[in-house]
Amino acid sequence: MKQPLRFTVNGEERALFVDTRATLIEALRDGLGLAGTKEGCSNGNCGACTVSLDGKPVLACLVLAVEAQGSQVATIEGLARDGRLDPLQRAFIAEGGLQCGFCTPGLLMLARSFLDQHPRPTEREIRAAISGNLCRCTGYDKIVRAIQRAARSQPAAGAAAGS
Amino acid sequence: MRAFDYRAPTTLTEVLALLAQAKGEVRPLVGGTDLIPQLREGRKRPALVLDLKRIPDLGRLEYDPDMGLRIGAAVTCSAVAAHPQVRRHYAALAQAAALVGSRAIQNRASIGGNICNASPSADTVPPLLCLSARAFVAGGRGQREVELERFFQGPGKTILAKDELLVEVVVPPPAKRSASCYLRFTPRAEMDIAVAGVAALIVLDGGRQCQEARLALAAVAPRPLRVPTAEAALKGRALDAQALEEAGELAAQAAQPITDIRGGAEYRRRLVRVLTRQALEQCLAALQAGQR
Repeated sequence: MKQPLRFTVNGEERALFVDTRATLIEALRDGLGLAGTKEGCSNGNCGACTVSLDGKPVLACLVLAVEAQGSQVATIEGLARDGRLDPLQRAFIAEGGLQCGFCTPGLLMLARSFLDQHPRPTEREIRAAISGNLCRCTGYDKIVRAIQRAARSQPAAGAAAGS
Repeated sequence: MRAFDYRAPTTLTEVLALLAQAKGEVRPLVGGTDLIPQLREGRKRPALVLDLKRIPDLGRLEYDPDMGLRIGAAVTCSAVAAHPQVRRHYAALAQAAALVGSRAIQNRASIGGNICNASPSADTVPPLLCLSARAFVAGGRGQREVELERFFQGPGKTILAKDELLVEVVVPPPAKRSASCYLRFTPRAEMDIAVAGVAALIVLDGGRQCQEARLALAAVAPRPLRVPTAEAALKGRALDAQALEEAGELAAQAAQPITDIRGGAEYRRRLVRVLTRQALEQCLAALQAGQR
């Protein structure tokens, strides 16, 4: 059963017809050609498909596309702005926080949201935050260091708010 | 995945009408963190998936000092874990909500879903049992209110009739000088399912004497289990090391664990003993620290 879906992806209005069974990641990858988001386990265990839905990180394999009706979705394709990588992406490169890269889009989307809410996290907090995102290459240390580096490079939330 | 119709009504009246008229199986959907894998694997084959997230009443999370806490069935674990008054007055529930899956899971998974899945290992349920939560159910024949403890019939089985829906759970205001705590054991700290879990709540009189205690267990029985024997043993006693140890022993005796992929029955029993003692200790520590 197909239903019309209208939603905003990386700031752009998109409309397509989706099967009610289609997941959000299928709509993004197959419907819109946004193949940056990766599908790993398809059952919510690996975190590879993490995207932002209405400002919060979610697993795109555990969301039906039709549930995103009217929502704001942000994917890895929207993280760099005007051809400039997000500081978090630059930190991953600087620290070598990736090898095969399959988990990287999901980790970046999760970590971006986490750093927005916790500008000065401890290492423990970072490790807990990314616990739902599996990486089979790096052993995580370089990923944690990359997130720490990005945290150091950004203004604290209080400072940004001028308080 | 077998084809299904999808509807996202915006009022409870519409939901109840759809439930009443439904020809085939209907599955309510909130977070989908359990339902979507079940659909994909063919373990659930509904004709209609009913998304409850567009109904404002089901998304409400409200605390009132006189009325207590109202949690709409579609409220997410993230919202509960982050709510300042839940953290302050209902610590066990906030702790449990922060243990479900990962951040991305908690942003979708709902308290109502955690309850209605009726998994014996559901983390948010033992705290709600200790906190004397009541479930409000709506259906074709009107509304009814049940103690949450009576909501579960076995793994995956609840008292809900086909045309009924869990609307909200209500937790009474916290007693003075009370504290609660939820502890679970898992091989991994995050992204895991309880081998055993224990929620504890104590109410103290002026001193260290226990006025009331409530204990509830996860993952060691076909459904979430209160432990009246241990609760009775703690009531009226000074909560010294021996009292806590005895409560742990009684809780371990009350557990009805099975051996499965996550742990052996005897191992689970021992975990219950230790976790019960530790949960009670943490309640005492929270009271001493003046958190409440």
